Amino acid sequence: MAALISCEDLWKIYRLGDVEVQALRGVDLLIKEGEFVAIMGASGSGKSTLMNILGCLDRPTKGCYRLQGVDVGGLRADQLAEIRNRRIGFVFQNFNLIPRTSALENVQLPLFYRGLPLRQQRALAAEALARVGLQGRENHYPSQLSGGQQQRVAIARALVASPSLLLADEPTGNLDTQSSLEIMAILDGLNKKQGITIILVTHETDIAAYAEREVVMKDGRILTDRKTPSGASALPVEA
Amino acid sequence: MPTFLLLTALTAVRILGRNRLRTGLTMLGIVIGVGAVIAMVSIGEGAKAAVAERVASMGTNVILILPGAVTTGGVRGGQGGVVTLTTADAVELKKRVPLLRETGWARRDVMQIVHGNKNWNGTVNGISPSYLTIRGWSFTGGGPFTQQDLDTAARVAVLGQTAVDNLFEPGEEPVGAIIRINHVPFRVIGTLAPKGQSAQGMDQDDVIFIPFSTAERKVFGTYFLGSVGALFASTERPEDLAPAVAQIREVLRQRHRLQPDQDDDFFIRTQVDIGKVHEETSETLTIMLFSIASVSLLVGGIGIMNILLVSVTERTKEIGVRMAVGATRRHILIQFLVEAMTLSVLGGCLGILVGILGARATTAVAGWPTIISPETVIAAFVFSVAVGLFFGLYPANKAAWMNPIDALRYE
Ligand SMILES: Nc1ncnc2c1ncn2[C@@H]1O[C@H](COP(=O)(O)OP(=O)(O)OP(=O)(O)O)[C@@H](O)[C@H]1O
Ligand SMILES: [Mg+2]
Repeated sequence: MAALISCEDLWKIYRLGDVEVQALRGVDLLIKEGEFVAIMGASGSGKSTLMNILGCLDRPTKGCYRLQGVDVGGLRADQLAEIRNRRIGFVFQNFNLIPRTSALENVQLPLFYRGLPLRQQRALAAEALARVGLQGRENHYPSQLSGGQQQRVAIARALVASPSLLLADEPTGNLDTQSSLEIMAILDGLNKKQGITIILVTHETDIAAYAEREVVMKDGRILTDRKTPSGASALPVEA
Repeated sequence: MPTFLLLTALTAVRILGRNRLRTGLTMLGIVIGVGAVIAMVSIGEGAKAAVAERVASMGTNVILILPGAVTTGGVRGGQGGVVTLTTADAVELKKRVPLLRETGWARRDVMQIVHGNKNWNGTVNGISPSYLTIRGWSFTGGGPFTQQDLDTAARVAVLGQTAVDNLFEPGEEPVGAIIRINHVPFRVIGTLAPKGQSAQGMDQDDVIFIPFSTAERKVFGTYFLGSVGALFASTERPEDLAPAVAQIREVLRQRHRLQPDQDDDFFIRTQVDIGKVHEETSETLTIMLFSIASVSLLVGGIGIMNILLVSVTERTKEIGVRMAVGATRRHILIQFLVEAMTLSVLGGCLGILVGILGARATTAVAGWPTIISPETVIAAFVFSVAVGLFFGLYPANKAAWMNPIDALRYE
């Protein structure tokens, strides 16, 4: 399959006064369409930094990032916004739903910025919510939902625009085991049934075990990159 | 885009509705500013219209010539202080200034007038018959005196409304009645339609008109015959006023044998001059109102800007989320501009309402006339939209130019 993501020598350097933090120090990464990749590594190893660059939320200090063959570094802000809108879905550890706005409207947001008619926005958003098992919760505010439910709303928002790439930075980091398993089942289904490429950051090996490939980072570099022995579907579900 | 704008506006209203107190306080500046402007302008326009009406009540295209003298120090004596104008001047002007349609003259004095057991001090005017036409008086009963009355110094009088009210019982017929002016009996031959106050605020209906000849021979103690209190003239068209004034001045200076280095011994005023004085006053008023309006709109605008800046900071994370799911800078910019304009337009509309109520209240309480013109309302509305746009631009820009990841990470 074609390369969805190709990174060459990515660097990210933060300058805080006189101190220089090298969050990424030359990352090379190739991810094909349809892959399910888990990124692991110690805290501060640069996982989130890499994810933000892959999600076009941030730009590398140095290096080249191609998404579907296009060098993202040369794009304008509004072109990046369009990429985020149409091709990338992002799931965050802390959900990042807009408060005091219903679940349905949160999910509508990418379609709203795409300029779809309101009726179509509503229909697609409701469908996405149903896919993550939240039918009947459309009009709930985030504050009226559990953490697991909020994360499912966030996943619905990420997939409503039918992106080819789903980035999840510790999506289960704030959830209990049961909710984590539910979220992972949804992500696994998206990858297996719909062929969406998923990149997932996690600290937990049993979560990483859902992926078919495991990338471990250390000090801003990729330490190991290997296939996992088996896909998540082969794993027994633990209670 | 229309869907986007509509939904953005709805969201703005919802967000502002969540924070009613804050929204209300933010709008207050605009409400007060626009309200004050509407109320003030309507009072100003009402006053202007009232003055214009009074100026018009002088008659049409009227020129007023008053005697005046120069003292040795070059300081002018009071108007009418020294007699310099005569009926002969008027006759000569009529002959030599063809632009004049009519000329007339008058002398006035306050006299005691008696009718039956009623006794009143009123203003008695000895006039030429043309005076009533020049000043545009119309009759409610009877009619004017004639050239013959003037020639024979007939004892006939025409009464203004105030004179009628003070000398006659309600319902009593004045025409045909005999009144005594300074003990001299006069027959009332006409009553005049009321004119109200003059541009200077005097009661124009406090008048009794009698033939000039009768006045100078039988009523006023006259210094010398033919001297008048004022000359009046009128022209056919308003644009004739200025050239006519120049010609009058020429003729009068000649007749009065004034040397080139001597000042005029008379004053010429036209209706336009009198209107102008009031226009200038109302212009000063307008400038003052405009300053007040600008300051209050400025304060209102700064209020909006301030609260929007707070709002942008509070919602930094939300801005980051919106950008993460594909909002462009333009989307964010428009979102906050729409919020600013919703605030200012809502404030503006409330202000217009407050202003109209304020104007009504002024009319009801103080009795001042007020006029609310659609132009004022539209201007106020446009202004509040502009204030929203102008003061919303900075906060909206600040939001739009955030870096997605920094906004998202903001705590
Ligand atoms: N905005 C920033 N400014 C300065 N330094 C930063 C910034 N963001 C990240 N860093 C630094 O870059 C390094 C990598 O951070 P990053 O968030 O990518 O780590 P991480 O692997 O995601 O860690 P965790 O597992 O705790 O989430 C850290 O040393 C961090 O302090
Ligand atoms: Mg992280």
